[in-house]
Amino acid sequence: MAELTYLQAISDGLRTEMRRDKRVFVIGEDVGVYGGAFKVTLGFQEEFGHWRVMDAPLAETAIVGACTGAAIMGMRPVAEMQFADFISCAWDHLVTVAAKQRYRAGTPVPITVRLPSGGGFSGGPFHSQNPESSFAHIPGLKCVCPATPEDAKGLLISAIEDPNPVLYFEHKHLYRRIKGEVPEERYTVPLGKARTHREGDDVTVVTWGAMVYTADEAAQQLEPDGVSVEIIDLRTVMPWDKQAVLESVRKTSKALVLHEDTRTGGFGAEIAATIAEEAFEELDGPVKRIAAPDTPVPFSPPLEKAFIPQVDDVAAGLRELAEY
Amino acid sequence: MAIAREAEPVGSLKEVREAGLDREDLLGVYRSMLLTRGIEERGHILYRQGKIPGSFYTGRGNEGAAVGVATAMGPEDVGTPLHRDMGVHVVRGVEPWRIFAQYMGRADGPTKGRDGNVHMADSKLGLIAMVSHLPAMLPVAVGCALAFRIREEKRIAVGWFGEGASARGDCHEAMTLAGVRKLPVVFVCDNNQWAYSTPTHLEFATEHVADRAESYGFEGVVVDGTDVLAVYREAKRAIEKARAGGGPTLIESLTLRMEGHAVHDDAFYVPKEMFERWAENDPLERFRAWLRNNADMSDDEEDEIGAGVKKTLNDALKRAEESPLPEASSLTEGVYATPEDLDTPHHK
Repeated sequence: MAELTYLQAISDGLRTEMRRDKRVFVIGEDVGVYGGAFKVTLGFQEEFGHWRVMDAPLAETAIVGACTGAAIMGMRPVAEMQFADFISCAWDHLVTVAAKQRYRAGTPVPITVRLPSGGGFSGGPFHSQNPESSFAHIPGLKCVCPATPEDAKGLLISAIEDPNPVLYFEHKHLYRRIKGEVPEERYTVPLGKARTHREGDDVTVVTWGAMVYTADEAAQQLEPDGVSVEIIDLRTVMPWDKQAVLESVRKTSKALVLHEDTRTGGFGAEIAATIAEEAFEELDGPVKRIAAPDTPVPFSPPLEKAFIPQVDDVAAGLRELAEY
Repeated sequence: MAIAREAEPVGSLKEVREAGLDREDLLGVYRSMLLTRGIEERGHILYRQGKIPGSFYTGRGNEGAAVGVATAMGPEDVGTPLHRDMGVHVVRGVEPWRIFAQYMGRADGPTKGRDGNVHMADSKLGLIAMVSHLPAMLPVAVGCALAFRIREEKRIAVGWFGEGASARGDCHEAMTLAGVRKLPVVFVCDNNQWAYSTPTHLEFATEHVADRAESYGFEGVVVDGTDVLAVYREAKRAIEKARAGGGPTLIESLTLRMEGHAVHDDAFYVPKEMFERWAENDPLERFRAWLRNNADMSDDEEDEIGAGVKKTLNDALKRAEESPLPEASSLTEGVYATPEDLDTPHHK
């Protein structure tokens, strides 16, 4: 085991698959000579050559569309969006072509799209978004949101191996801030299987991505008061581990759903509705949601801080639920 | 002023032989065109009988263009034909009864009733099913070509689009990527002069769509799409150039859409004289006359081909009508692919 940053773990997973499987190639803007805007593919072009680590024109539609064609021809493309925000330019190719091809034409489209997502460093409205719920709503797509280095590697390998279009949201705020032990060998983490980040008895937090750490700090704040918080890290929002969420909620009887994406129509609404439908009898309080307000992601630090759910917001929400 | 090369019409049998088609091939081309038109004419009847749900689209006037390009493709080549390109499906060998089953939303259509009209393709025949968002299939065709280039295979991809769709960004992005990487792809623009009700001068400001090719770093060619042999010759050149590593070509095939955008549309906005003028250049009639004048097609041969096509269509209709409608219980099956779905020659 080696200690790797979240970013290094992503690189490690990608390199592992590229060494193992010649069908895997990377395409994106500045992924070759420059090694990617965040340096995930640094050194890849030297190792794999410029046909397997391709600098693409600034053309997200062509990048994702070409991945679809190459995948249908038997390749395992991994596209990098420079920022998750730019996936809007390739929406049609994910949603119209890739997502529906298996259902209507019987043709699987095994592509992975890497999406550096999330805010916390004044990226502004176009470099900070968390668009996973938009895509989780589309039948045919899968959405992966790792929180730990170990998951970052294992989930990326699973995404590449999966026969479907998979959106892999890698949270930029975790890239160099989060380190952890990562096995050196190849391994997979199954899509659709949640992880219990922290065990507890009084309140369940359901979350994913960078919010796992926000929830963890909030849970620590509540420790002295004797409130024991369980944190379920979904790891993948589509498919999502309904069983794990319901089991935890049945144990604690209280649920807080937390995400960095905006509130209305966010994926938390789906989770809250499911808990209400399927665990109503076991609940001792209303299902609570904490999410960003329904605004674009603002640039200036005080505005952005007010936008992204903070530890104190989550702690207050947990207290409220604990006292209910 | 035109920038693209304007292709000459095809002349003698000798010239066609040099381009790679012998007499048997030519009769086969005629048969494919006849079958293409027959499928769509029967489709109209099915529609009037109320057997086709939704709308119904045809490519009348485009039979030569579609068959010409498809005939120039190799067996391992792939393509993304559109709703005016039934002839491509026919040449690649899709069984007509499955097309009728597709039209009628039956379980044996290539999409098993999950998609309608020409939104279909048999991937085993090297075709990829189109979507409505034109020209979204161009980047997909470029991706196929990219796969061939990465694996250093001598295969090519053909991506079809219409002159209307040439306005969208997908077209620009696909051609940009194909141009900079010199990928083995041939872009075919079915310019039928009407994007639904919008004429070409409101769709693009150059003389030809193919004039744009130069700006992407490859050749553009304009060909008379009612001349199946000229289309074949230009497609063959472009395909072999791409196969040899010479990069993309943009072929613009000029025709007139001889019916409305779809069955509901009477095309009142197309001048009557325009229809009359282009009707004189009906691709099927034009090729039939050429075969009689240049390849000595006899009455007997013509009758035999006609009778064979008619029988194929009758049998196909009968079989398609016997195909069941899909079970409502199958609604949620197959939204996601399983690893077994990858157990295909493409993915090995």
